[in-house]
Amino acid sequence: MDVILSVWRQVGPDAEGEFVRYEANDIPDHASFLEMLDIVNENLNTNNEEPIAFDHDCREGICGMCGMMINGQAHGPQLGTATCQLHMRKFKDGDTIRIEPWRAEGFPVVRDLTVDRSAFDRIIEAGGYITVSTGSAPDANLIPVPKLAAEAAMDAAACIGCGACVAACPNSAAQLFTSAKVSHLNLLPQGQAERFSRVADMVDEMEKWFGACSNHGECETACPKSISIDFIALMNRDYIRSKFQQGRLAGQR
Amino acid sequence: MTTLDSKVPAGSIEDKWNNHKFSIRLVNPANKRKYSIIVIGSGLAGASAAATLGELGYNVKVITYHDSPRRAHSIAAQGGINAAKNYHNDGDSVYRLFYDTVKGGDYRSREANVYRLAEVSNHIIDQATAQGVPFAREYGGLLDNRSFGGAQVSRTFYARGQTGQQLLLGAYQALAKEIAKGSVEMINRSELLEVVTHEGQAAGVVVRDLITGEVTAHSAHAVVLATGGYSNVFFLSTNAMACNTTAIWRAHRKGAHFANPCYTQIHPTCIPQSDESQSKLTLMSESLRNDGRIWVPKTVGDNRPAGDILESERDYYLERIYPAFGNLVPRDVASRNAKTQVDSGHGVGPLNNGVYLDFKHAIARLGEDTIRERYGNLFEMYERITDDNPYETPMRIYPAPHYTMGGAWVDYNLMTSIPGLYAIGEANFSDHGANRLGASALMQGLADGYFVLPYTIGDYLADFLNVDPVPTDHDVFRQAITQVQDRTAKFLATKGTRSADWFHRELGKIMLAECGMERSREGLEKAIREIPHLREEFETDVKVLGTNESFNQSLERVGRVADFFELAELMCRDALDREESCGGHFRVEHQTEEGEARRNDEDFTHVSAWAWNGPNQPQTKHKEQLVFENVKLATRSYK
Ligand SMILES: Cc1cc2nc3c(=O)[nH]c(=O)nc-3n(C[C@H](O)[C@H](O)[C@H](O)COP(=O)(O)OP(=O)(O)OC[C@H]3O[C@@H](n4cnc5c(N)ncnc54)[C@H](O)[C@@H]3O)c2cc1C
Repeated sequence: MDVILSVWRQVGPDAEGEFVRYEANDIPDHASFLEMLDIVNENLNTNNEEPIAFDHDCREGICGMCGMMINGQAHGPQLGTATCQLHMRKFKDGDTIRIEPWRAEGFPVVRDLTVDRSAFDRIIEAGGYITVSTGSAPDANLIPVPKLAAEAAMDAAACIGCGACVAACPNSAAQLFTSAKVSHLNLLPQGQAERFSRVADMVDEMEKWFGACSNHGECETACPKSISIDFIALMNRDYIRSKFQQGRLAGQR
Repeated sequence: MTTLDSKVPAGSIEDKWNNHKFSIRLVNPANKRKYSIIVIGSGLAGASAAATLGELGYNVKVITYHDSPRRAHSIAAQGGINAAKNYHNDGDSVYRLFYDTVKGGDYRSREANVYRLAEVSNHIIDQATAQGVPFAREYGGLLDNRSFGGAQVSRTFYARGQTGQQLLLGAYQALAKEIAKGSVEMINRSELLEVVTHEGQAAGVVVRDLITGEVTAHSAHAVVLATGGYSNVFFLSTNAMACNTTAIWRAHRKGAHFANPCYTQIHPTCIPQSDESQSKLTLMSESLRNDGRIWVPKTVGDNRPAGDILESERDYYLERIYPAFGNLVPRDVASRNAKTQVDSGHGVGPLNNGVYLDFKHAIARLGEDTIRERYGNLFEMYERITDDNPYETPMRIYPAPHYTMGGAWVDYNLMTSIPGLYAIGEANFSDHGANRLGASALMQGLADGYFVLPYTIGDYLADFLNVDPVPTDHDVFRQAITQVQDRTAKFLATKGTRSADWFHRELGKIMLAECGMERSREGLEKAIREIPHLREEFETDVKVLGTNESFNQSLERVGRVADFFELAELMCRDALDREESCGGHFRVEHQTEEGEARRNDEDFTHVSAWAWNGPNQPQTKHKEQLVFENVKLATRSYK
């Protein structure tokens, strides 16, 4: 198939960017979206134009490296699908496709479609872990975890940290990411000891980088793992409790 | 040819590790902060090692080319992780896991290492669970298990089809805790391009910042390579696009022996290639073989839809040939049999390049919901890629390069042949012999990182109390920086006509044809002639646009491809040298009448560790003789 691309090109973080038009011809329809870009890049290289920079790695929808706005939608038109798992058969011959990087102040552009998402790492470093030094763990079956709790934790833990939620949000809020990370640990018995300090610290860090949540809900639609905004409600509940309760008396800090 | 000292401790297999831990030197807790350690890579092996070393109080620096430690390729592991917990009372034990792994590796691994791996496996599950890894549970809240190939017990722990992701997040979170504490410094989007030695010992590394192009030196008392496997030498593989051999190859060029490079694993259950533009192959987890049945039409060239082919017209060839293990034979056996079926004209799909993996019977027996609960995400992934619904029609699968058992040679302490340079995880060669069993790479990466290296490294460091690392303005670092800069400049100045990817793809075709699932003397000799030609063409005709001083993904790739070229040649030489078939290394000249691998224990019960002799010079082979004191060498039989 043949498609026309309008791609955001920006040589560096401080450079001006612009949309550039490319023709992508003879694309096999079972090619993935990124394979289509590979073909375009190969042609650009042949024509002495620098290839389009975009992040990608596993191409199985799990590493969270890839991600771009495709016709205004984070990761493109297919629900629950990361860019690398989107295939050209979802487009029609002759379509024009507009491709841009994630746009959010917390994710500055590195080059073209590549952005810097290290703010997510800062949120995890603020408290997204259970403190347990290597070697100090008890036998794994000493703490039974109700199947439903394990499943719910896993639903949250499925987050791949791609940043689509932030990109899709009109406020560039990172509530879906942060709540998924908080809930994964706060839903488990092992996560209880640090439950309230965790949520307080992670939310405070998040607010340094990202906008506020207005329950728009676009994040859930954009999420390639279809993570539910129910987790935002859970996080907000724990956050409020963390502010009310006397931390010391609750065995926290 | 010299003999290598594996430093395996004395004593009975059960006592070796304990005795060793007791006899090696410790570093006093108050002194640990005086030692600096560089860890390259933040996959399961690197992240777990760095977090643990940080907890112990060492000064740790982690370097990765990813934008976040959480992106390392370990994230993609699907099926699960083994441990000898025997929670299911089905007769598992440390000894059985040890035995299965040695046998699965076709008696080409080091017994003492494998036993230690089995021994610490249980701690990994405890550690990961305490970190909050949401392993699958039974209704009573206890941990669930599944079976994997090469085992007759259920010992595989899993988190849906995302076990690697969850284990890596656990290790990454532990690492994040240490980063926040300040014991670990994290340097992302930076690639190791040179290993630096001083007076024969590891002194540090030279790294290029992938965003700015700046080349910097980093020195430490010890360097740990946790840089993963090299399956991408085949171009198409199940590995992530960026996986490469550069770190261990650069170490090899500085004196680290490269062990068993030809031991590569071709995974039986991947989605078949659809055309030339394909950039990678996608794995469908081995766990699917628990419930899926593999078959091909009995009639050659039968292109009817699967549903129209009657039971009596199907050949469930694994169940037929290997009644005891059936669809759960080890990977090398399953792969080669799939190739035999396709090569003999029984292949299915538009290109006749696959075999069926069918869930019809499992769905009838267990219901669609159970199958969805077990494999839902894999089925969805399959459908997104192929546009076929595997609940209704069988999956099409075919083997693809997946894992490399070979790697940097290491002794029992996980130290390479360069003192102070360690290799852990898939980057080393140590535990899997000639074939890795499913769910044991995650186990090995975490065993090395959490429970082995943090002990053994102290023994080396103990010599350096109050000795500063080699300063980064020392000549050895300056020279290494210049070399890296020159190499980069050369790539940019070549201004040829074809991209690095193009050459990579061509190299992959040679490797898959001649050094893939089946190898022959003739084919390997041909590859050894062809690869240097293609490499010369690459060196004079590759085209890399842009500059060093920018985020330049073509420049990242070209260096990796250059190293793959040298590695590819060594792999073929090793495969040619090893006049036997074992595990993933199948030489057509060495097979039984039934087409099974025939080992040559008399001449090849050893590790081949190759030493670098300079560019365009064949490497020299060193031998580490493998001694089997516990497991009796036998012909593997899964019948
Ligand atoms: C699709 C797939 C599924 C799998 N499923 C399973 C499974 O179910 N069970 C199982 O046991 N195993 C499985 N495996 C194998 C297993 O995932 C890997 O062997 C294991 O995760 C490797 O971990 P590692 O830490 O050694 O390396 P990796 O996770 O590959 O990490 C390598 C790290 O090194 C860094 N790095 C590499 N080179 C450089 C350099 N030059 N400079 C800077 N940084 C560098 C990378 O950035 C990365 O952080 C699977 C593998 C694949 C491909």
